[in-house]
Amino acid sequence: MALLEIRNVTRRFGDFVAVDNISLSIEAGEFFTLLGPSGCGKTTILRMIAGFDLPDAGQILLDGKDLADTPPEQRPVRTVFQSYALFPHMTVAQNISFPLKMARIPGSDAARMLRETLDLVHLTDKSDAYPHELSGGQKQRVALARGLVNRPRVLLLDEPLGALDAKLREEMQLELINLQREVGVTFVFVTHAQVEALALSHRIAVMRDGRAEQVDEPSKLYSFPQNRFVADFIGHINMLEAQVLEPAHGHLRLAVAGLGEILAPPLHGIAIGSKGTFAIRPEQVRIGVHDEVQELKNHFLGTVLHFLYRGDVTVYKVSLANGAVIEALLPNAAQGRAELFKVGDTVCVGWRHESGMFLHE
Amino acid sequence: MRRGFWLWAASLGAYTFLYVPLFIVIIYSFNDSRLNAEWVGFTWHWYDVLLHDNDMLAAMGNSLFIALVSSLAATVLGTMAGIAMHRYKMKALTFMVLTPVAMPEILLGVSLLLFFIQVLNLTLGLVSIILAHITFSIGFVAVIVRARLAGIDESIFEAARDLGASPWETFRYVTFPLILPGVVAGGLMAFTLSIDDFVITFFTAGVGVATLPLRVYSMIKIAVTPEVNAVSTLLMLLTLTMIVLASKFSPDVLRGKT
Repeated sequence: MALLEIRNVTRRFGDFVAVDNISLSIEAGEFFTLLGPSGCGKTTILRMIAGFDLPDAGQILLDGKDLADTPPEQRPVRTVFQSYALFPHMTVAQNISFPLKMARIPGSDAARMLRETLDLVHLTDKSDAYPHELSGGQKQRVALARGLVNRPRVLLLDEPLGALDAKLREEMQLELINLQREVGVTFVFVTHAQVEALALSHRIAVMRDGRAEQVDEPSKLYSFPQNRFVADFIGHINMLEAQVLEPAHGHLRLAVAGLGEILAPPLHGIAIGSKGTFAIRPEQVRIGVHDEVQELKNHFLGTVLHFLYRGDVTVYKVSLANGAVIEALLPNAAQGRAELFKVGDTVCVGWRHESGMFLHE
Repeated sequence: MRRGFWLWAASLGAYTFLYVPLFIVIIYSFNDSRLNAEWVGFTWHWYDVLLHDNDMLAAMGNSLFIALVSSLAATVLGTMAGIAMHRYKMKALTFMVLTPVAMPEILLGVSLLLFFIQVLNLTLGLVSIILAHITFSIGFVAVIVRARLAGIDESIFEAARDLGASPWETFRYVTFPLILPGVVAGGLMAFTLSIDDFVITFFTAGVGVATLPLRVYSMIKIAVTPEVNAVSTLLMLLTLTMIVLASKFSPDVLRGKT
């Protein structure tokens, strides 16, 4: 049985359906992420798990028990707020001890738990500081410590890294992964940043308009998105409008208007004439002038529109005969190599016929 | 340069107009003469007279007692009103709490008088004055407390619940300590308002009880003796202390900490 189960939950605000008949099941010890653009309902779900909001329909079960009649303070669930929500009139130690005090844990046990938790988040030397004396990353760690100090069943994290700068965010991502592994508490993480979701999660629910579009492991979401929205939301992807010519054995033959034919990996139960999108990741697209690319079954001539040098990689945007623009990613493994091709060069782009996928509309 | 000069001149003029009369009152409270006309010499005489004026001392005692009781009651009720105004964003509630603040005092005085006599059948005296003072102070406390609450991140209160605090524990350990500066500032404000109120007190005092402002008023009907200057100076000192204290606790001071 799943630790946390969300069963057909709907939440409306007036005419707006924030959460639309969603069902999720989250396992004990899991790092589960709700990923989606703002307004997709992810924070509403979090608030309903915490008890600040109630579903209009459906149930939220923890260990099989319906939480509907349990007020927030009695749920074994803690939240790390986006703004951290530290108590400004309490020191770091007092902030972290607050849940222990509320649970009436006796002094010696409470002192030990405080000490261990301070140690866990490396804040022992800051225990007497007030929140306004801390940096963003330190505040973040106090908020985490306060949420974890008496080991809740579930820790909810509402875009906790949103307020940090890029470098610190990456550090905190690693720290979060280690922390979760160390304490073994189930994390439910909310974010709109797909890179963050991919890096942190065991499983991700990609959300749109109050529904879960796909729930899967990060690598599955990235490699096998079930629809255009997921494909487009997770990472970068090239899309070409296509129609099925032949659902042949071993591969799918597709027609792309103004370009020609593409061979794609097979798809079960697809009918001739089905319309949809052929999608392929930029890193799977090869670019070159030499024979190697032309040997690939899928290859087309194009013109370099522009390129973006990103240090580790260079992104080329190539316009094809039908006007579509294909992105290709070239790693800059050799030092000092910034550009292989110039704007206006005629190049050949291609990809293996096992790469990419057809997304049926 | 030129614009700077005129700005300075204008402010100087305004402050002169505000403060010179106050200084004159203070200076002449030490004047060794029956008249407030010309400076004769320094004396503590009028303060001595004041200390032996039993009516005046009784009025002072009344004023302090009324101010203390009414400001305490107004602080409790005003804090509750401020929290309610913040939590339930009801226009009607805000309107009802703030109306007495904006209402002309004379109107409030007359209506309270009629209410006490005709509806409550109350004998006018200390009780009616205290009730009246509580009435007009609540709004001031409520506004200050609400302003303080508005400056606090709402998720702090949710965090308290989330971490296991009941609604009462949330108030006790989180909400109250955070709004305390506002509560104290509001209370001191209520005290100051009570101690120097004249109009509303005049209507609700009846015949037996006099407060300090009422007593001063009845004295200057006969003649402005320097004893009035002396009592005014003391009143000014008390009010000033209160204002300084209130500003120390005002919501802005601690805001940088959140």
